[in-house]
Amino acid sequence: MAEVNLSGITKSFGAVNVIKGVDLDIRSGEFVVFVGPSGCGKSTLLRLIAGLEDITSGTMKIDGEVVNDVAPSRRGIAMVFQSYALYPHMTVYNNMAFGMKLARASKEEIDKRVRSAAEILQLVPYLERLPKALSGGQRQPVAIGRAIVRNPKVFLFDEPLSNLDAALRVATRIEIAKLHEDMSATTMIYVTHDQVEAMTLADRIVVLNAGLIEQVGSPMELYHRPANLFVARFIGSPAMNILPVTIEGVNGEAHVRAEGGEAVRVTTRIPAGSKGRPATLGVRPEDLTLATGHGILNGKVMLVEKLGEVSMLYIDVPGAKEPVVAKFAGEASIERGADIGLTTATGNLHVFDENGVSFPRA
Amino acid sequence: MDRVASALVTVIIGVGGALLYFYLSNLILDAIFPARGKGPIAARNQKIAASIRPWLFLGPSLIALGLYLVYPLVDSIRLSLFNRTGDEFVGLQNYIWAVNDNQFRESVFNNILWLLVVPAVATFMGLIIAFLTDRIWWGNIAKTLIFMPMAISFVGASVIWKFIYDFRSEGSTQIGLLNAIVQGFGGAPEAWITLPFWNNFFLMVILVWIQTGFAMVILSAALRGIPDETIEAAVIDGANGWQLFFFIMIPQIWGTIAVVWTTITILVLKVFDIVLTMTNGQWQTQVLANLMFDWMFRGGGDFGRGAAIAVCIMLAVIPIMIWNIRRANAEMKGR
Amino acid sequence: MIAGRSKSGNAFVHLAVLVLVVVWTAPTAGLLISSLRAKDLLSVSGWWTALTATEQSQVGRAALPETQVEKNGRYFIRGNVFEGETTGTVNAFGVKIGDPSAFKAGETADLPGGGTIKVNADGSYEIASETQFEGARGQRIFYIAKLPPKFTLANYKEVLSTAGIGQSFVNSLTVTIPATIIPVLIAAYAAYALAWMKFPGRALILSLVVGLLVVPLQMSLIPLLRLYNDVGLFLGVPAKTYLGIWLAHTGFGLPLAIYLLRNYMAGLPREVMESARVDGASDFDIFVKIVLPLSLPALASFAIFQFLWVWNDLLVALVFLGAQNDQLVLTGRLVNLLGSRGGNWEILTASAFITIIVPLVVFLSLQRFLVRGLLAGSVKG
Repeated sequence: MAEVNLSGITKSFGAVNVIKGVDLDIRSGEFVVFVGPSGCGKSTLLRLIAGLEDITSGTMKIDGEVVNDVAPSRRGIAMVFQSYALYPHMTVYNNMAFGMKLARASKEEIDKRVRSAAEILQLVPYLERLPKALSGGQRQPVAIGRAIVRNPKVFLFDEPLSNLDAALRVATRIEIAKLHEDMSATTMIYVTHDQVEAMTLADRIVVLNAGLIEQVGSPMELYHRPANLFVARFIGSPAMNILPVTIEGVNGEAHVRAEGGEAVRVTTRIPAGSKGRPATLGVRPEDLTLATGHGILNGKVMLVEKLGEVSMLYIDVPGAKEPVVAKFAGEASIERGADIGLTTATGNLHVFDENGVSFPRA
Repeated sequence: MDRVASALVTVIIGVGGALLYFYLSNLILDAIFPARGKGPIAARNQKIAASIRPWLFLGPSLIALGLYLVYPLVDSIRLSLFNRTGDEFVGLQNYIWAVNDNQFRESVFNNILWLLVVPAVATFMGLIIAFLTDRIWWGNIAKTLIFMPMAISFVGASVIWKFIYDFRSEGSTQIGLLNAIVQGFGGAPEAWITLPFWNNFFLMVILVWIQTGFAMVILSAALRGIPDETIEAAVIDGANGWQLFFFIMIPQIWGTIAVVWTTITILVLKVFDIVLTMTNGQWQTQVLANLMFDWMFRGGGDFGRGAAIAVCIMLAVIPIMIWNIRRANAEMKGR
Repeated sequence: MIAGRSKSGNAFVHLAVLVLVVVWTAPTAGLLISSLRAKDLLSVSGWWTALTATEQSQVGRAALPETQVEKNGRYFIRGNVFEGETTGTVNAFGVKIGDPSAFKAGETADLPGGGTIKVNADGSYEIASETQFEGARGQRIFYIAKLPPKFTLANYKEVLSTAGIGQSFVNSLTVTIPATIIPVLIAAYAAYALAWMKFPGRALILSLVVGLLVVPLQMSLIPLLRLYNDVGLFLGVPAKTYLGIWLAHTGFGLPLAIYLLRNYMAGLPREVMESARVDGASDFDIFVKIVLPLSLPALASFAIFQFLWVWNDLLVALVFLGAQNDQLVLTGRLVNLLGSRGGNWEILTASAFITIIVPLVVFLSLQRFLVRGLLAGSVKG
């Protein structure tokens, strides 16, 4: 129902630049997740969209209209806060009705909207309770209900699950996914630092770092084709293994060589003239398999963690700054101290140039 | 009852007027700069309204602060350089008079005495009581009883203690508690509040009696705020009760102790009611605040000298004031 | 619970706290007990004797001669020295004022005017004579008796009706209630602006408020007294009015009020306020519908503070309010009484207790809020 367009958005608090120029077009009805490490500016960006902070420069449009100076309540948005921000002195019903009361809606209209939202979220039995009489898991839906009642064009979520325990988090995540399906016309923007939430909920993920967008794309795009080292390391758990290499051959038959290792053939398109330059080789722990004999990566097993469904091996590989992690299904039979070789399909290898930018993959 | 009714009416008018002011001023502001709708004009109006509104909220307070505290502060300093009626400039004469005046010197001496004794004793007693009462099951009842004098006016407290210091000549039945005890131990009764020098301490007891509860409440909260882990660690290290108190707990609440100390210090500088009620400055118990009050009305009032004495009290407060402002600023940055 | 924080202090701790509590409460207890004692007892014995039976020298009058009865040619007057009011034990009695303990209870003594008298331990007496009793007054009996504690409200009746305390009580209320409500209201708005609105000069105003917290009242007195006199002269109204003192107390109470309330409001969750803004609330809406209800504890704390402060104040009342009967507040009245009736402890104790009873009740019932306020604003001067 409403697009959100950001162009050249910056935000500074005094001398500190928090958002350093963001261009982003969010399509109508899309579920977009902002993700990034803490301090990357993702919450600030959301608050700029909400109108809770003033934009320093740039243009923000919601539904085609410039909203730079429009008050939050007139932007057609609703927001769910991390702490839920329920009004402690109002009942659940009044919490949900507050916005409509301020807008001087009729009593019948308010009642209709509140009750329908309460039904969707199964809040009917709690309508007359005060927030303090609810558990954390019950407060969260109230915050969402309060947003639904406003019938927004754009739905904003600021880390709405981070105050819940692990089990509730999964359940509520599913609820939010369902909500997105039910309200398919409503654009949703969701901020989180949790990549599982990002991967499972998003149509598109926006990865932010230090006030800039690193990459925008669908979850699988980010996983398989990270644009740079930052995204590669940020998406996926455990993080992608990296080690410094030198580019040896280019085009078609590109090869890279780790320090003191063998040349490895990669399928990424490396431009001519890169020969002899340093680069970074990346491979995901779950893509690694045990080589018979010598592999792409070779080293001594430092630690084996057995988690039941998977086993994690920490391998000391010469040349790598951190131990290389390998994730094997089931219970690995490898012991600490063993010398092993690891290999993977050539297509699973990522190569990044000196600046950490990914070479395009075939 | 007539005046109760008129007082009630005034309360309603005053409170209603204040409410009406805030409500109407906001309404008018929104009417002049309507921010309904969208577009650049609404946005501009909203900005203007948002920059004016804080001053509507602050207005009455700023006016009252200015009229009752800031203006008098400046005017007191000005008046201290003028003669008794405030219309002839006399330079520093009032201060010169003060330095050479015996009563003023006596007041300064007594004030210093008060400043040394009362904050120290009240804070120390408060600390000890806070520590002890946290250790017994009826501690809260004990605290309430010790805190209670805080609710009593200085005048009321003075009557209470005057009764305790009451003196009947030797041989007759003493109805003052202190003299009865002294006599019970075989001593001779004394008219305590007329004993020069020592009588100051009998007056100080009253303020200590009132302020210990205050110190106790604040320090008790601070003591409870000390993380259990540090105490548990010290217990495991083998510290006993008093070692815990002096080496583990006290160092962690220095900041609060300083706050309590300075708060009582400021109160002491202003002590007036107790001296007025107990001795009115006789028998060498004069203090600055009472001396100032004296000069305000003595012989029709000498505003120059009174203001000069007030400025002297203010000077003593300034270091604490600066310390407070810096502490508050640091706190706000921490937010 | 571990040793460091257990609630089972040893005997020494219990004893020490007990002693401290006794020392701290005895003065007030003495005042209360004394104010309930009869005037004549108050001035002859310490209040601590009032709780136990005490031996006192008393004077009583026997029943009138007309109540005499005749039996076998002898005339008798019978009755009881305690007259049913109290019960006690007579130890000794006498017939002359100089020697009230000449005879033991139960003995028979000769009356100077003829006849005999016998007073028993239970107070009953019998006066006997060969001749008929005459006259309009009863025989005086001097006796030493052990009397149980006896309390009376007579002192209170007296001060409320004659010493002007009742009038001053009303005056104090008239001063205190508006002087409490007005600053709370206007400070709340200022505190909200300082806590949650953005505008240039905010930090400066906050520093000013913190600085003014400790400015001694004495600095304000002379300029304000002059100002009030000028305004009074200019408008042709009295300089010393209730309105004047309400505003003065408002001004003096504001720094603490603003400081306390701002700190509390600044601690309210930011997201709740932002949520209200997204819901379409203006600053005025947020203040009235969100911040005020959530700040009730802080408002109560300050209101109690200010109430106690204004009620207990002497200085401001002396300077800004008249000393006439219809304007003198309780503290001022008490000071006057100390001057004019300094030795009349029955008046002073009852008056003092009336002045402290309201703050004590407020204190005991709302202690929780007071403590909270103290903890939040302990830089008040």
